[in-house]
Amino acid sequence: MRHLLSTRTLGRDEAILLLDVAEDMADVATREVKKLPTLRGKTVVNLFFEDSTRTRISFEAAAKRLSADVINFSAKGSSVSKGESLKDTAQTLAAIGADGVVIRHPASGAPQVLADSGWIDAGIINAGDGTHEHPTQALLDAFTIRRRLHGTASRGKDLAGVRVTIVGDVLHSRVARSNVWLLSTLGAEVSLIAPPTLVPADTSAWPARVGFDLDEAVDEGPDVMMMLRIQAERMQDSFFPNSREYARTWGLDDTRFARLRPGTMVMHPGPMNRGLEISSAAADSAQSTVLEQVTNGVSVRMAALYLLLSGDREES
Amino acid sequence: MARTVLNQADITRALTRISHEILESNRGSENLMILGIPTRGAVLARRIAAMIGSIEGQAADVPVGALDITMYRDDLSRTRTRTPAPTHVPGSIDGATVVLVDDVLYSGRTIRAALDALNDYGRPRTVRLAVLVDRGHRELPIRADFVGKNLPSSTAERINVHLAETDGDEFVSIEGGAA
Repeated sequence: MRHLLSTRTLGRDEAILLLDVAEDMADVATREVKKLPTLRGKTVVNLFFEDSTRTRISFEAAAKRLSADVINFSAKGSSVSKGESLKDTAQTLAAIGADGVVIRHPASGAPQVLADSGWIDAGIINAGDGTHEHPTQALLDAFTIRRRLHGTASRGKDLAGVRVTIVGDVLHSRVARSNVWLLSTLGAEVSLIAPPTLVPADTSAWPARVGFDLDEAVDEGPDVMMMLRIQAERMQDSFFPNSREYARTWGLDDTRFARLRPGTMVMHPGPMNRGLEISSAAADSAQSTVLEQVTNGVSVRMAALYLLLSGDREES
Repeated sequence: MARTVLNQADITRALTRISHEILESNRGSENLMILGIPTRGAVLARRIAAMIGSIEGQAADVPVGALDITMYRDDLSRTRTRTPAPTHVPGSIDGATVVLVDDVLYSGRTIRAALDALNDYGRPRTVRLAVLVDRGHRELPIRADFVGKNLPSSTAERINVHLAETDGDEFVSIEGGAA
């Protein structure tokens, strides 16, 4: 694997390999010394052009557990705010000697540009680009689902037949896109539930069913209920009248949560808007995987960093 | 041409002898933990643990596991990316006598990596090394305590170890070299 830019181009075997390596990485957290010497001497740059705490911290923890050196770069307070271009930033990082670049950018496709441009010869990991993709989030979601279903016998398994319902702002959500591609590659049946104003204009090429009624979706008894965050920073249009109406129609409130099968996993990529897309009772229940997702995020990102940065990069 | 050096019966005899030697040097099975290095070392470790169990009677239930060393290799950035195998360490290794098991001892670099890996799990009282085949050509100051067969070889030759659990058939062969 040379870069990790999207889940759309990720094959089934590649995805399962990544999840299996993540299982090995998860075991590291249970040991006396929670650190591997694997990426000693490698430099990973967290290049964040958009605000993020959990993703950046997660990548930082993952790189440090593999003994890589981490440089955090956020656009605020950097030369980017003075008008430096992506090209100059990339060439600066190349001159510093970065082996891996984890990039988050408000423009869809920015990681792809970085990977194809030849400005920098590092492994590129997409940590969220615009409304395009967020592959490590989808991978950690798949990892979390697989672990809840199969426990310690997860290795080598896919998600065949698992019914996943993704609810919320599909239009702006890179998490939803990455999940649609990855989960369907792994054999899951994905359905999307959203207000009609928050569904992309054309989803005919997506391997997912689109619906508008959350109550119907709840009564179908899915295996996984994934709530998306309402991203206030992207709500520049009137997509729905107000947040109370959204919560009432498309939020997982206490009554809908009570109607779910007891085995249904409740997932959320975080940070949660409690009381808007998810109620506190649902978020704090035993069915909620929110904290597991955070823990598993580190393991999955360790796996991605390992697969990208170890090995002779000339040959791959 | 591949020449068979050990057949199935030879392998079983070698492992039986190694099991007895481990018990002799440890004076019983107390405090013992057998850790194999995947893939074939882990298979051999399970067999040795089972043999020790049957020699000592049911009182001896020797903990056995697998110790993957992929993340500790010293050639990670020189070869293609390797897929790690699961590690399973049965309980704490603090104060235990750990016997590492591998199929072939060659440069010694795998064992160096295994010692590093072990270090991150705790502090064993002693670490011993058991191998099915020692083919020489050490690049590090490492030696085996229990050896199934010493097999002087040239670096141009290839040693193949097949075990029933992983390969279906079972033999140790040597091929290539002078030809």
